[in-house]
Amino acid sequence: MAVIVHEDFQFIVQGITGREALNFTRECLEYGSKIIGGVTPGKGGREVYGVPVYDTVREITDTQRVDGTVITVPLAFAPDAAYEAIDAGIKEIIIITEGIPRKDASAVVEYAALHGARVIGPNCLGIIVPDVCRFGSLGGPAVDCRKAFKPGVVGVMSRSGGMTTEICNALTLSGLGVSTAISIGGDPVIGSTYADLIPLFEADKDTKAVVVYSEPGGTAEAELARWTQEHKSRLPIVAFVAGRFMDEMPGMSFGHAGTVVNKKVDSPADKMRRMREAGISVAEEIGDIPNLVRERIGN
Amino acid sequence: MRFYEFEAKQLLEKHGIPLVQSELVKTADEAKTAASKIGGPVILKAQVIAPGLTTASVQEVADPAGAKAAAATLLGLDDGGRKPNGILVEARPTGEAVYSLSFTYDGTTKLPVIAAANMAGKIDDLGDTHPERIVRRHFSALYPFSDYIAKELAKSLVLGGNDLKRMTRIVSGLARLFLKYDLADLDITSMVKLGEGRFAVLDVEADLEIEARHRQRPMLDDLGFAKDDLRQVREPTKFELEGARIDAEDPRGIISPIAEFDGNIGLVIGAGGGSLTLTDAVRKHGGRPANYAAIGGNPSVDKARRLTKLVLSKPGVDKIAVMSNVVSNTRADLVARGVIKGITELGFEPKDKILIFRVPGAWEADAAKILQKYGVEYCDRTVSISEAARRAVEKVS
Amino acid sequence: MAMFIRVDVDKSVIEKTPGLADKLVEVCPVNIFKVGSKPSSVEIVEDNVDECTLCDLCMQASPKGVRVVKLYE
Ligand code: SF4
Repeated sequence: MAVIVHEDFQFIVQGITGREALNFTRECLEYGSKIIGGVTPGKGGREVYGVPVYDTVREITDTQRVDGTVITVPLAFAPDAAYEAIDAGIKEIIIITEGIPRKDASAVVEYAALHGARVIGPNCLGIIVPDVCRFGSLGGPAVDCRKAFKPGVVGVMSRSGGMTTEICNALTLSGLGVSTAISIGGDPVIGSTYADLIPLFEADKDTKAVVVYSEPGGTAEAELARWTQEHKSRLPIVAFVAGRFMDEMPGMSFGHAGTVVNKKVDSPADKMRRMREAGISVAEEIGDIPNLVRERIGN
Repeated sequence: MRFYEFEAKQLLEKHGIPLVQSELVKTADEAKTAASKIGGPVILKAQVIAPGLTTASVQEVADPAGAKAAAATLLGLDDGGRKPNGILVEARPTGEAVYSLSFTYDGTTKLPVIAAANMAGKIDDLGDTHPERIVRRHFSALYPFSDYIAKELAKSLVLGGNDLKRMTRIVSGLARLFLKYDLADLDITSMVKLGEGRFAVLDVEADLEIEARHRQRPMLDDLGFAKDDLRQVREPTKFELEGARIDAEDPRGIISPIAEFDGNIGLVIGAGGGSLTLTDAVRKHGGRPANYAAIGGNPSVDKARRLTKLVLSKPGVDKIAVMSNVVSNTRADLVARGVIKGITELGFEPKDKILIFRVPGAWEADAAKILQKYGVEYCDRTVSISEAARRAVEKVS
Repeated sequence: MAMFIRVDVDKSVIEKTPGLADKLVEVCPVNIFKVGSKPSSVEIVEDNVDECTLCDLCMQASPKGVRVVKLYE
């Protein structure tokens, strides 16, 4: 089993001819993902690494099943690309593009919800189910990706793309491995929060524990804490909160766009307290995560 | 990006939101004149950005002489290295009733939301003290704002008759300008209902979505916002301005936010989350970071080169730690090229200047070869972030 | 001068194949090739060479005409 993607998952890349998209398209193909097309307006008819490029999304959805799309178009075109994908009937949408104002992110997510589509991101890297499917730019080149992500029992959700790989690497080195890893995005408004996604892990029989990486800013941790308490989750959760130094610097923003600390519920200290109260183990150091997971699953 | 209150009020006024009588002044004498024009007791608000000045920046005075004295004190405030940008002198009517309104984005529903209460204050604080007095209504950033949403909110504040109609107009107007100007937060912390039934806004706090600053340029120009003014809580240092410039000049990848601290370990670190984790880790092991940086995306070699030179040229920094989480799209080899190029251009040997190079992940084999050629040890992914930070701190002391 | 990468171009190969010069300019994501003064020729933009992402697209476009060399190997 796997979360969101599966063995047969086929997707497209919007903005496929950009510098970053070229990189990860090649990486995904080498990893074994099924990328059946790419879209860049004005570049229809070309090919990158054997993947045909089209001008519009519908040219692909008209003739083939498209399970998902990865959007990496420049900022100004990102919402439009998302609307195009949603209107073409695509249900799983990863938005990698950074710097989308929250008004636009909110509008895209609302539109997606009205059409039964799910948005991961913006400002995320996507999803990996080790050895099954890689959907997005998480993990880097296929060789590195295979080193960091080995199949296993821990689900990972992270507001930071880079830390998703870091944590999965540590879980892999420790022998626990990863069931599904999702980089959810670091912006204040994202399509899928921890609380939106945790039920998917709850239903995934491969997942025995979940690790979440969090940062200052936002209320997602409080929401996750509430969910686990209300639903008596079967899954032990281990969390790590980065950016504690920011507690000493009110109003400053570091890291992702969502990290400004201005509300009480936002501060790393508050987040840790809330999560501990909900029975979530909070790691003091990033390196403690694998051992905490082991303790919690009794292994 | 925080607006000064007088700027926020200009936006509100332009959109027909009723405001209390108010005047922006630059000197103590002007404050006195403004106070006598308004008559009676007035309130003086120093126009500041830095947090923690909420109490210090506001004074209520009984008369024009008091206004002059208070203004002199307020103008001397330290606003994170800046002077206050003038003083708002305002009437302070006491009405029959007082309200607060707050517009923001709700990360849980991913929708914009209005919260209101029939008392003054910041909704966030009222949420702790008087949760039962807060009413909320979500709206949409996808569809145009419809007045009935404001009406329903007014109704839940138990308003009726003309009060309901007036409140509906104000809330609709605010919601539309909240969306139109890409505000991230808009807090009307105090709005009174005056004797004659009119409403007037007293206190406003507003924040612009920083990512929308380019498309909101016309509005910002109207308000006289300088192009490079990011309204940081403190004035950016030369180091920070230079970092921002390097970042802006090359769109390939990012190296920001970049901030200056007073330590001695130069940090060439990434990415968003990795930088937060690494900065915590360096401090936990007793190190003093000289700066913050956040290499993200896939910066060009040139950008990494310039960042390296910037950090290494900072007074008090002799060596740099180049560290990151396991990278996916940032390329370890391109970072290695940039760092080595930067150090070499400054006339140093890479091995004398790099405390540690821990950037595992994408293209790590190439990065290792590059470093080997220049005699720098490469730490692979088996060296944890905590361990890398510990080694860097150990080497510097 | 580039410290890490060298791009070798066999001009005779490029100039013999119509459109190849333009193709090289187009595929390189970091503008290492520019159209030369002679028809169907390319020149190397020395300032950009260290930016090479090793994407191989130039070598795929002309396996005989272009060679990208890592100076650190
Ligand atoms: S390998 Fe790629 S980046 Fe390097 S020169 Fe060739 S096309 Fe340009």
